[in-house]
Amino acid sequence: MSFFNKVLFLIAFSLFVQNSHAALTIEISEGVSSALPVAIVPFSSTGAPVNISAVVNADLERSGYFKMMAEQAMPSKPNTASAVNFNEWQAASQNYLVIGQLADAGGGQYNIQFQLFDVYKSGQLLGYRMTSTAADLRKTAHHISDLIFEKLTGKKGVFSGRIAYITTTNPASKQQSHQLQVADADGFNPQTIATSVEPLMSPSWSPDGKKIAYVSFERKTAAIYVQTLASGERARVAEFPGINGAPAWSPDGTRLALTLSKDGSPDIFILNLSTHALTKLTRSFSIDTEPSWSPDGNSIVFTSDRGGKPQIYIVSSQGGEEKRLTFSGSYNARASFSPDGRNLVMVHGNGNDYRIAVMDMSNKSINVLTSGRSDESPSFAPNGSMILYASKKGGTAFLSAVSIDGKIQQRLLFNSGEVREPSWGP
Amino acid sequence: MKLNKTIIALAISALVLSACSDTDEKDTSLLDGNLNANSGINDASTSGLNKGYGMNGSAMSGNGDYASTLGPEFNDPNNPLSKRTIYFMLDSSEVMPDFINVISAHSQYLIANPAQHITLEGNGDERGSREYNIALGEQRAKSVASLMKARGVSESQLNIVSYGEEKPAVLGNNEAAWEKNRRVEVAYQPR
Repeated sequence: MSFFNKVLFLIAFSLFVQNSHAALTIEISEGVSSALPVAIVPFSSTGAPVNISAVVNADLERSGYFKMMAEQAMPSKPNTASAVNFNEWQAASQNYLVIGQLADAGGGQYNIQFQLFDVYKSGQLLGYRMTSTAADLRKTAHHISDLIFEKLTGKKGVFSGRIAYITTTNPASKQQSHQLQVADADGFNPQTIATSVEPLMSPSWSPDGKKIAYVSFERKTAAIYVQTLASGERARVAEFPGINGAPAWSPDGTRLALTLSKDGSPDIFILNLSTHALTKLTRSFSIDTEPSWSPDGNSIVFTSDRGGKPQIYIVSSQGGEEKRLTFSGSYNARASFSPDGRNLVMVHGNGNDYRIAVMDMSNKSINVLTSGRSDESPSFAPNGSMILYASKKGGTAFLSAVSIDGKIQQRLLFNSGEVREPSWGP
Repeated sequence: MKLNKTIIALAISALVLSACSDTDEKDTSLLDGNLNANSGINDASTSGLNKGYGMNGSAMSGNGDYASTLGPEFNDPNNPLSKRTIYFMLDSSEVMPDFINVISAHSQYLIANPAQHITLEGNGDERGSREYNIALGEQRAKSVASLMKARGVSESQLNIVSYGEEKPAVLGNNEAAWEKNRRVEVAYQPR
């Protein structure tokens, strides 16, 4: 009983892809003590360019939810279900077991199959057979990770997702260059989608993941662009006198909230992307910036120093009364909602250190999750389980991720210059 | 740039493997999972990224300050016109008394040379959030601009841009670097 599903899709493809391999190191500094023991037996393979089981193993380990069994400790290395002896995996204290095979199907195609077993129930939880091109093998591996993650945790996996971030090469010289890059969620396959000798800032994904809005100073003045990822085409949507900054997509993808200072002090505006109508949302004489939408699109949180120091405020996206949300800490900025709308993540400062904190919207309590001196630009993963942010240590800038309870911490180290402003795509 | 469009057929098939034939749950999850598998792997926008896009930013890097070409007074260390950076305290956009004579000297030059334009480039240190630092940098540049206007400089001679913490003068994660980065640069434009 098997059925075959064929899907056609288009890939915009360039002959000049600069597909550099990211030298990425992931360090898990802390994981949950209740992490589930999982053994992924290396898949049998016939010289495939990607070690699929290793990618899956790294994905699951990086999530912090699982304790992955070392290959050397495995009692056996079965690749077929009939070769699995559940007793020996029970004896090895593994809750779950993954086995698989990868075979060259010719014509640049590979057949992959894998099975996930519940060791104590001696039963199969998942079983798939897939076909992938050589170029898509990593993507297929991430998809397998998503399937396993969702089966075992009940949460959607985010391993197939992408992240956007800004890098600077030669940061210390006048020949510095800024790049907006998009990479797989594990940092591999980085691709530069915009380059400028002047700064690039504040990448923001459209809700459908097809576009990125960002700020560029390439014309020696701030402007906001919306770029379509597939084609590289882009439109300049805001270039008013003064600040054009902090673009944030509405959840329905039709509008951008942004910061403009054309009327004097920086205020929050909403730009309708189809009609180009501009609506002014805040009118204070102080700094109002860093807007972010609630998941239902009804509210916008933003940073304002109207009380003397930057704090987080909330206003209806239709306008109206602006209410202060944060009262703890001398510096709260760059807030954004969790996907379920229950929490707000922000930069939280006490005068010396700037850290990532989460506020529970129901009782307004703030929980500081990180311990760096200069942590910034937090954003939630699409499944709400992790927060991606930028931090610095000893002059090195890197991307980090922390779970919403602060128990799982990891660092993603890139080897190429400075990296900042990560944003997890949908 | 031309796109090469490639049609890729990606086939996924679910397979009931023989290891465990005792649960109905398995069949359900295979069918449901298989549909998800298609939409997940065939994410066209993911693959569509394989295109570089460079926007050819200006080849003129650096701060674009043409002051040194304007006259010897701009290079004379004893002349306040040679000072074209105004520094600020943490989280402040208030001009400190030390820099008033620098601002006055540039104001006098601009009044005497009404065709001359300058850009006041506001900057901040790396601490705190980036877009907030853009706003802070603009406040600093506006503080300098309002002092110049108060001295009689025409508003049309003054451009303002804030780079926030994006263009540090000095790299470093300490106060020595930060105090050099909280600044407004007076950049003379070519006439």
